[in-house]
Amino acid sequence: MSSAAGSSTAPALSVEHLSKRFGERLAFDDVSFEVGRGEVFGFLGPNGAGKSTMVRTLGTLLTPSAGSARVAGLQLRPGNGVAIRQRISIMPEAPGLYLRLSVYENLECFAGLYELSEPRQRIDRALAAVNLSNRTGDPCGTLSKGLRQRVSLARALLNDAEVLFLDEPTSGLDPVAAREVHELIDGLRQRGVTIFLTTHRLEEAERLCDRVAILNTTLRTIGRPDELRDQLFAKTLTVRTLAALPEPDRTLGGLPAVEGWHRDESGAYVLAVSDAAAAAPPLTRALVAAGADVLSIAESRHSLEDVYLQLIDEDVEARSA
Amino acid sequence: MNVSWTRVRAIIRKELREYQRNRSIVATMAVIPIVFVINPLINIFVLPAEASGGLSHAHILVYMLGIPAIVPAVVAAYAVVGERQQGSLEPVLMTPIPREEFLLAKALAALVPSLVISYVVYVLVLVAIELFANAAVAAALVQWPDLLAQLIFTPLVAGWSIWVGIAVSTRASEARTAQQLGTLASVPSALVFALIAYDVIHATLGLAIGGAVLLVALNLFGWRLTSAMFDRERLISGTR
Repeated sequence: MSSAAGSSTAPALSVEHLSKRFGERLAFDDVSFEVGRGEVFGFLGPNGAGKSTMVRTLGTLLTPSAGSARVAGLQLRPGNGVAIRQRISIMPEAPGLYLRLSVYENLECFAGLYELSEPRQRIDRALAAVNLSNRTGDPCGTLSKGLRQRVSLARALLNDAEVLFLDEPTSGLDPVAAREVHELIDGLRQRGVTIFLTTHRLEEAERLCDRVAILNTTLRTIGRPDELRDQLFAKTLTVRTLAALPEPDRTLGGLPAVEGWHRDESGAYVLAVSDAAAAAPPLTRALVAAGADVLSIAESRHSLEDVYLQLIDEDVEARSA
Repeated sequence: MNVSWTRVRAIIRKELREYQRNRSIVATMAVIPIVFVINPLINIFVLPAEASGGLSHAHILVYMLGIPAIVPAVVAAYAVVGERQQGSLEPVLMTPIPREEFLLAKALAALVPSLVISYVVYVLVLVAIELFANAAVAAALVQWPDLLAQLIFTPLVAGWSIWVGIAVSTRASEARTAQQLGTLASVPSALVFALIAYDVIHATLGLAIGGAVLLVALNLFGWRLTSAMFDRERLISGTR
């Protein structure tokens, strides 16, 4: 095992041309990416895109059909299954708790499966992290969906994993509980835990993740959220004036860092710019010089959701074509 | 392979807690022996003293080994498919427990209520015979070799039935079907003991030793077989 283990500088996850097929159905195909140690990596995609199958494959539950991967420094192969599962932890999408057992009994069982020393302290710590210390004796069958989700998260925290896979961790949680999970993920990041997060909540990914990948059977894109925005969308400044400019070509044309302009349906002037910070001051001066009554000059902001929808829409169009 | 008894104990403790809180499973296990012994007991109670001569050469109570053959099927057949149905199998398989340990723990956990029920029912039957059967008949029926056979063979027979039930459970897609198939699959074992009890198969010391060795081998083989049949991928994804 030691020979297979990677150094501390090696990526926590390294996936190369990985594919998974169930008979005729392709779950994901030719996926390659790396996740650095201590990184929070978001894995996004529509339902059926292969996100959970990727988690199960990297978690050694499923055997890849092609390609290779290293998980927590170990080669992904059947002989390393136990060793890999000792180093990682997975919070599955469905909590899968023993409903007749109490919260504590559920965690006690898993503390035993991880052969944890001082299980009581570890359980108490995990329950405190998800604010469930006062519900230890409650049978899991009596808990709400959100509380069950939190028990599942506490279970994933038990073994202090090197790589933590969180499959839709805030699914079913109310906004306050979701915020607590976000804070918990921030805390884990500070402790250097690598987190592989699948989520449908794009604002969650944008807020929490250092990098994101968008999967739709194949990997559509990967990068920092701001990089992806820049790759897909031109930077623009939107100018709103009280009245239309008398000579817009003369006012807006030839300004530094402005590459072109058009007027949208609302009557606003949308300027394509190479650098918003360089373009805005001369633009303001030109508008004032032209005597325009300026209502606002705003840099257009595209969210991760825009990136996501753009890519998924492209896939839908490509398939229908 | 090296077995981690910490992991095995974790599953056993969990299973026993679930049995305690799921009384319907234990109740179902307890009902089967009652059905199994009620008719033979009534027949024994009405036997006259003259029948004791013939009974002293037979091993009627070996029939009772049918109980550990059939009873464990209820819990064993639920072991894997039941967890799969309630969604708790995937989180367990995501932990470091190898399938061999998981199945061993499931089997040992199923053995506990099976042994308790089998031995308790056996003792109750002996008490009933002593109380309600003719004294000569009771003396002829209750023989030390039979008691020893019951003591030794009960865990071996129950163990084999458990492995059969777990094997069914790893392949079934629904718990109720698995329990029915598991019970059905344990009938041949019960039939063998019925044939010995009614002297169709003649009981000898050699047969007992050979049977015990065979059952030990079958139990080891059962562990290996069910481990080979336990396909994580199929259980998780429902494919293959």
